[in-house]
Amino acid sequence: MAAVAGTLFPGDPLALAGRPLQWPAENARFWLGTDNSGRDIAAQIFHGSRISLLIGLVATSIAVGIGIVIGAVAGYYGGAVDTILMRITEAFQTLPNFLLLLLLVAVFGSNLMTVTIAIGVVSWPAPARLTRAEFLSLRNREFVEACRTLGLRDTQIIFREILPNALPPIIVYASVVMAVAILLESALAFLRLSDPNVASWGNLIGLGRDVLRTQWFVSAIPGLAILTTVLAVSLVGQGLNDALNPRLRRRPTERAGIGGQ
Amino acid sequence: MTSILSLDNVSVSLPPGADRPFALENVSLDVNRGEIVCVVGESGSGKSMMANAVMRLLPQGVAIESGRIIFAGENLATATEAEMRRIRGARLAMIFQEPMTALNPLRTIGNQIGETFRIHTALGKSEIESKVLDLLREVHIPDPPHAMLAYPHELSGGQRQRAMIAMALALDPAVLIADEPTTALDVTTQAQILALIRDLQRRKGTAVLFITHDFGVVREIADRVAVMQNGSIVEQGSASQVLNAPSHPYTRQLIAAVPALKAPPERTISKEIILKIDQVSKTYRKNGWFGRTTRTTHAVDNVSLELHRGSTLGIVGESGSGKSTLARCIVRLIEPDTGSIRLGDLDLVTLSRSQMRDERHRIQMVFQDPSGSLNPRRRAGELVAQGLVAGGTGLRDAMATAEELLELVGLDRRAIDRFPHEFSGGQRQRIGLARALALRPQVLVADEPVSALDVSVQAQVLVLLGELRTKLGLSTIFITHDLRVAAQVCDFVAVMKSGAVVEYGPIGKVFGEPSHSYTQALLQSIPGQQMSASARISD
Repeated sequence: MAAVAGTLFPGDPLALAGRPLQWPAENARFWLGTDNSGRDIAAQIFHGSRISLLIGLVATSIAVGIGIVIGAVAGYYGGAVDTILMRITEAFQTLPNFLLLLLLVAVFGSNLMTVTIAIGVVSWPAPARLTRAEFLSLRNREFVEACRTLGLRDTQIIFREILPNALPPIIVYASVVMAVAILLESALAFLRLSDPNVASWGNLIGLGRDVLRTQWFVSAIPGLAILTTVLAVSLVGQGLNDALNPRLRRRPTERAGIGGQ
Repeated sequence: MTSILSLDNVSVSLPPGADRPFALENVSLDVNRGEIVCVVGESGSGKSMMANAVMRLLPQGVAIESGRIIFAGENLATATEAEMRRIRGARLAMIFQEPMTALNPLRTIGNQIGETFRIHTALGKSEIESKVLDLLREVHIPDPPHAMLAYPHELSGGQRQRAMIAMALALDPAVLIADEPTTALDVTTQAQILALIRDLQRRKGTAVLFITHDFGVVREIADRVAVMQNGSIVEQGSASQVLNAPSHPYTRQLIAAVPALKAPPERTISKEIILKIDQVSKTYRKNGWFGRTTRTTHAVDNVSLELHRGSTLGIVGESGSGKSTLARCIVRLIEPDTGSIRLGDLDLVTLSRSQMRDERHRIQMVFQDPSGSLNPRRRAGELVAQGLVAGGTGLRDAMATAEELLELVGLDRRAIDRFPHEFSGGQRQRIGLARALALRPQVLVADEPVSALDVSVQAQVLVLLGELRTKLGLSTIFITHDLRVAAQVCDFVAVMKSGAVVEYGPIGKVFGEPSHSYTQALLQSIPGQQMSASARISD
């Protein structure tokens, strides 16, 4: 959808296109109707998918990147380093994600970049904890001790030896972070705190709020789009989990049994 | 004698894609009333699968393909689940290898033993309690009333195994299946448990199907022996017949691979001391609240040892004796609290982390678990070359050296591109050895390098270590719990107990005329003492 947006709907998706608030299928030109300013909803949905996925991917990379570094360092060194880093992580975790996000956006303004970074910055604690847990169990394995006796540097051991072994569960978790990132952006836009100058699904829902009781389709269509995307991302995550988990791979019969229920 | 359990041409199939189509192939075996039948074989021979087939506890995808398992007139191969439940535990009981995982950690010992009674009998609460107490007394657990209320983690390994045996014997089963019941235990505990099983079996007349990989244990306990290889029984007969006059070449090979408890002829050893461990201590403290020390463990307690150039120093002891901690202190994986470790004229303990990194290549380590000590995501060549690359050698040169080293330790040059999981346990240990040798160390510290290996593979690796020692003039510190292995390779030996060295000297003297009572106890506990002598005569 994101790939074909440009060819199917050339031009600015935010440009006024026709009479406002046309119902879907009412006008052949706007098969998903128009919103309260007369902009094509279909075009906004298609272009919005680019924005939503972009925010999801970039914010996830930021969150997982910070999470891996902090988790790896805390897990590998343990002791005081671990205590300090984990208390910081907990400080972030105790604050509700969304409140912190609102605060960041309020302080740094709401253009696309700050929103994306802000979402990334509020989502890193969970990946950090996961990475730390993996490192805690891996750092005492004999192959790590073997690397230390060979005289490898700590950074080499952390990133080149342990990390590849710790990665599968983190990759799987990243799909959850991505789904949450898309939802966070939509929630932000619903409150009209996201970047108003891009076509994002959240913005469209936010606009539809004013006409929710009469022209409900304006909010419902992007809502459905978010639902399917988040579902799809989660399913990809589950698929990754199955593919990366050797124990599940060895028992295809059992999985088929569960799937059939 | 009548047979109580008999397997008649039993075949058990493995799921498609396994390394062989059958886990068991046409296995026929009789267990008579009141005798102990030992099933011996190396890992993967199907001996545990046999026990599971009899109990009908086969893993998913594995099924009894053909044949009959007759137990007291009933065919277990075709019995329904409900019938099996009635038989299991009551008339056919099993003891597992690792008592810690076989017991439920959240319930008391007494509760778990009593469960057998609650399921199979209609006894009242107090009756069950007195029965459990009797059972615990029978298996000689110290302080039975207290043990009954203890949780599994509060007992030692040997006590847990005793509790397991008590549970298995609760309803006087006709057949007891023991799957490597002493493998996870220390040698002195093992001797006690074997004596207990023997004693209970004599008094109660239970038939025992005893599964083990250790010929020493077989010699201690077996009336009859069945030897398994690749899912088939290759030889069976009375214990004396199989052990003293084995007819099948595989049996002969296995028996010959059991190391003899006899020190090798004394070699002339250089007077030069390459590594001098002087009063090294490492203490672990468990801190309670407000900085109070609640528990202090002296993992290594004031140990002083010397390693002569070109010699092998054995460090033996049971689990928890601090021998692995000492090894890790020597290579500075653990920082010792006090003492000095002099390599030549350099004190390793005083070096900073980065200085130590520069000296790492002089002292290298081989680890116990051949699969855990190799990064599963790296190829064999990379693993061997890693240390060289970290030391500044170019990748191409390092890989060329790696190839040579793999050949030196008896692997194919082409092994360089394969991942650890594509090798067998013995081959993996060879890779570990090649990795340690890559940096041309002066001292090699080997922490239980052969204890995870089958006995025939173990013999090969020990031969390789001996060859390398003469070829490269290596000085080795060899840590093991197996005194028979120590006797094969060591020139000097130190016996450790609770962190301290209790006896230290040339191996011939320590094993020949042990002066410390603990060394004597260790030597006496080794199963199958006469084993090697008689096997050698028959060869």
